[in-house]
Amino acid sequence: MKVLVPVKRVVDYNVKVRIKPDGSGVETANVKMSMNPFDEIAMEEAMRLKEAGIATEIVAVSIGGAQCQETLRTALAIGADRAILVETSVEVQPLGVAKLLKAIVAKESPIMVIMGKQAIDDDSNQTGQMLAALLNWSQGTFASKIRVKGATAEVTREVDGGLETVLLKLPAVVTTDLRLNEPRYVTLPNIMKAKKKPMETLTPEAVGVDVSPRLKVLKVQEPPKRTAGKVVKSVPELVEKLRSEAKVI
Amino acid sequence: MAILIIGEHDNAAIKPAVLNTVAAAQEIGGDIDILIAGYQCATAAQGAAGIPGIRKILMADAPHYAHALAENISALVVSIAKNYSHVLAPSTSFGKNVLPRVAALLDVAQISDIIKVESTDTFVRPIYAGNALATVQASDAIKVITVRSTGFDPVPIAGGNAAIESIAAQPDSGHSSMMGQELTKSARPELTAARAIVSGGRGMGNGENFKILEALADKLGAAVGASRAAVDSGFVPNDYQVGQTGKIVAPELYIAVGISGAIQHLAGMKDSKVIVAINKDAEAPIFQVADYGLVADLFQAVPELTAQL
Repeated sequence: MKVLVPVKRVVDYNVKVRIKPDGSGVETANVKMSMNPFDEIAMEEAMRLKEAGIATEIVAVSIGGAQCQETLRTALAIGADRAILVETSVEVQPLGVAKLLKAIVAKESPIMVIMGKQAIDDDSNQTGQMLAALLNWSQGTFASKIRVKGATAEVTREVDGGLETVLLKLPAVVTTDLRLNEPRYVTLPNIMKAKKKPMETLTPEAVGVDVSPRLKVLKVQEPPKRTAGKVVKSVPELVEKLRSEAKVI
Repeated sequence: MAILIIGEHDNAAIKPAVLNTVAAAQEIGGDIDILIAGYQCATAAQGAAGIPGIRKILMADAPHYAHALAENISALVVSIAKNYSHVLAPSTSFGKNVLPRVAALLDVAQISDIIKVESTDTFVRPIYAGNALATVQASDAIKVITVRSTGFDPVPIAGGNAAIESIAAQPDSGHSSMMGQELTKSARPELTAARAIVSGGRGMGNGENFKILEALADKLGAAVGASRAAVDSGFVPNDYQVGQTGKIVAPELYIAVGISGAIQHLAGMKDSKVIVAINKDAEAPIFQVADYGLVADLFQAVPELTAQL
């Protein structure tokens, strides 16, 4: 079974983002970039399926500028067999990403696409569901457990009230939640090996997909700031403040 | 203009987040219909009909809608979406699962997690874990939107008398089926609808110690939440998680206990009205957003607080 894992290059989760002075977006120049953490979990899960003898080949794909090659090298170092970069200078929105991935699926014919539930930059949480829709495939979002059994997959999902398990007919798109697994550390020998693995570069035009944005970002602003309040010395003082000042108890 | 709201429910009653979604729809303006797709869901439809100002409730009742599977619900929504200028759903695990599938089938963008309506096509949504707010304008004919509950005050659920209209179910896609659910049972209010929340972090030490938070929560009529660190450490289940990747909450009172205050956690609770932090580390970042901070050993302070309420 071939598995496709889309990976996104995002501002590292430890970076405190800064808004550009002209309000056009968030500063990404000279900022540490990494693979989206949920995509790392997706790569790890694909590896575990391969180690269990279920997945036979893992293809990583990324969409964006030439720097996404670094993110794909990380995916190859985790263990992907091959990588595909769809190179574009346009900031592709979720629907465009889903359309590009659909084109890659048509070319590669994977049985499963495993991907992060959301990217930590735009926090959209859309692409996996959109891809499943465009392919007319089953979807298992926010997965905390995946068991592949023949032509089906049992996916345990994190939902607001707890957990639920759905039985998906394959092929399917599965999106990962945090507790699915703990990604392995990338070792130096694997980083060296990754350099020799094949990476193909395509463009949206070459695969015939229009990625022009449908949403226009008019401005990006700082959220209202919360300021530190008072430090109280004791529990009785806290109770008194909550009663008479904040009036919340 | 007409707005369709995908009403989340459990076949017996609608979920509270629907009421915040109706509030967002009212700000957009226009006729508002609510879709209740379920199985033996007439009581849920009647509940929704009680919301004032709704034009009609569309009810689709079929066995394959019992568990709100995305593949089936999205096909149903798409079958009626052409009658609407906007399709809204609450930004819950239900809405997040279903609505992008609807948007893609309609070949339109989705605007996720709006917290403010600027006009009929322009909305404000948080990005980067709420560290930035983006104002976005949609160009598609149908605007598909998920609504973050904390951005809109809920409308009442009584006094209305909307007509309930049955609509035809679409065929079962057969893509997926429900095998089982393990829902957390609790007598306490739901996190996203609670007036007060008591949350614990890594400082709790273990799951057993959450009992002292539960005692405090019961005194306050509060829900119990947790940071990702506490969930990752296995103290409590994931559905307790408040933060960027968990639940987004904005109660009247949020008491953070043994939580250091990582940005991912702050993203989920910084819109709370009053924040109280109890932590023994005076340098913890949580104190920078707290209205009242108490530097103390939580194992003494929390039971003392419970006793004094």
